[in-house]
Amino acid sequence: MNPVLKLLIEGSNLTVGQMAEVAGMTESDVNQHLEQLKKEKIFLGWRPVLDLSREAAAAVAVRAVIEVKITPERGGGFNRLADRISRFDEVESCYLMSGAYDLLVFVKGPSLQRVAAFVSEKLSTVDGVISTSTHFMLRSYKEQGFLLNGGEVQNTRLNVAP
Amino acid sequence: MSKDQKQWVAGHVAALPKSGIRDFFELVAKLKGQDVISLGVGEPDFVTPWHIRESAIFALERGKTYYTSNLGLIELRRAINAYVEEHFNVSYRPDDQVLVTVGVSEALDLAFRAFCNPGDKVLYHQPCYVSYHPSIALVHAQGIAVPTYAKDNFALTAEALSAAWQPGAKILMLNLPCNPTGGTCSREQLEKIAAFCREKDLLVLSDEIYSELTFDGTHTSIASLPGMAERTIFLHGFSKAFAMTGWRIGYACGPASLIDAMMKVHQYSMMCASIIAQEAAIEALQRGWDNVLKMREQYHRRRDLIVRRFNEIGLTCHQPRGSFYAFPNITSSGLSEKEFSINLIDKEKVAVVPGTAFGANGAGHVRACFATAYDQLIEACDRIERFVHAKR
Ligand SMILES: Cc1ncc(COP(=O)(O)O)c(C=O)c1O
Repeated sequence: MNPVLKLLIEGSNLTVGQMAEVAGMTESDVNQHLEQLKKEKIFLGWRPVLDLSREAAAAVAVRAVIEVKITPERGGGFNRLADRISRFDEVESCYLMSGAYDLLVFVKGPSLQRVAAFVSEKLSTVDGVISTSTHFMLRSYKEQGFLLNGGEVQNTRLNVAP
Repeated sequence: MSKDQKQWVAGHVAALPKSGIRDFFELVAKLKGQDVISLGVGEPDFVTPWHIRESAIFALERGKTYYTSNLGLIELRRAINAYVEEHFNVSYRPDDQVLVTVGVSEALDLAFRAFCNPGDKVLYHQPCYVSYHPSIALVHAQGIAVPTYAKDNFALTAEALSAAWQPGAKILMLNLPCNPTGGTCSREQLEKIAAFCREKDLLVLSDEIYSELTFDGTHTSIASLPGMAERTIFLHGFSKAFAMTGWRIGYACGPASLIDAMMKVHQYSMMCASIIAQEAAIEALQRGWDNVLKMREQYHRRRDLIVRRFNEIGLTCHQPRGSFYAFPNITSSGLSEKEFSINLIDKEKVAVVPGTAFGANGAGHVRACFATAYDQLIEACDRIERFVHAKR
């Protein structure tokens, strides 16, 4: 496998320079790999993982998960509608699901009212949307692999040991 | 109060040299709070995988707080046999050929106590793990160091073994892959050593605690070679591959009569290993392999990184085939291994361990543990480079 892609999948938190050291290549090699992965639309981009419950990061005050039932279309199935819903800025992620509903939509907004307005005015009025069921998130314990309550205690290994 | 309390200390204990590791530990401890990067450790930087920790919590919730059989929980001994069979190609009866111990440390101590009469001769390759020689001395036996060399990637050779052998030698202590050198033996090398052991009727104690962390080629256990299981005590544990150092759990496998002798010492001195650690060990063996592979892959890449950097810096470093230690030759710096280590911690706040802490044959080398996060490892290499170049 592409060594840079491997490091990305592991989610190791490395700068380009560090990736170069770890993979045993030059920085420009790493950058070239990254460019190539972008071109192939495998690597879509960088995003920080923030603890949004902290005041300093509270620009997005409200997040919700919405279960959406939609009518599949002849020829396109769920794709056209899913794409249409995904394009709203409020939508962070959108997945087609098996089971009791069709789409699971993650949305964010500055306030409860704004998210509610998005659901009632935009989402549920899209042609083909049969029903929505909105769950507001109360608290986050783990974000994209990061534990929010401190996780492990600080490394307490002895500095020198046999 | 007695005038001299030291008079009460047993002579052979008083005579034990102070550990070179301990000296260094104290030196580094003085720098507490400063930005020290330690490559002086002997354990994984990974915390024990959560599923293993969670299984220990579950065991406590179910009230598992009792002594176990002296040999250890039968479920664990069965799991050990299944694991050893799969990965080491040798089989042991869970009923009487497997003994669960408090780490490989206890298993080593039991073996020396169970098999050594005062004056018996024990061969061991050196540089080696710091405990071997003192453990041998504590049972009044005599250790005979067999040198290993950088030119052989610190593999033990049958030639060196044969040259060091003395009449009356009874035991050969092996540690492959080796702490501190990362040296291991190929199957062919091991076959020659095995033939020598059969010829000289040696009992082999094989400490294979780093075996899962073999990066080049596959690990072969001497116990799996023809005619060797009957004269080998296979020692293994969970500390390194499963990142479980603090749990204190390991095991010994071997012929029933020998395991029984070790068990005798164990039942009177230790009774049994902690039941919580035993429960966690079952989980590790049954569902921990994916994590072992993940961690090994990380160590593998870190090894490639640090060995490459050492050689670029001009500190000749052989490729350690296993373990998480690099053992570069530092003589090009113009310093002894002790001066190098002390100056490095002083000037650049990077801790490594002088090679002579692992026996006289470690002279001219230092041990650098690469079980450390990439950013720390890269920073440590940068600092060592600055240090070495300033010396030139
Ligand atoms: C070669 C060797 N044997 C045994 C041990 C001790 O292992 P345990 O934690 O199982 O007692 C170590 C630990 O550093 C080691 O390096």
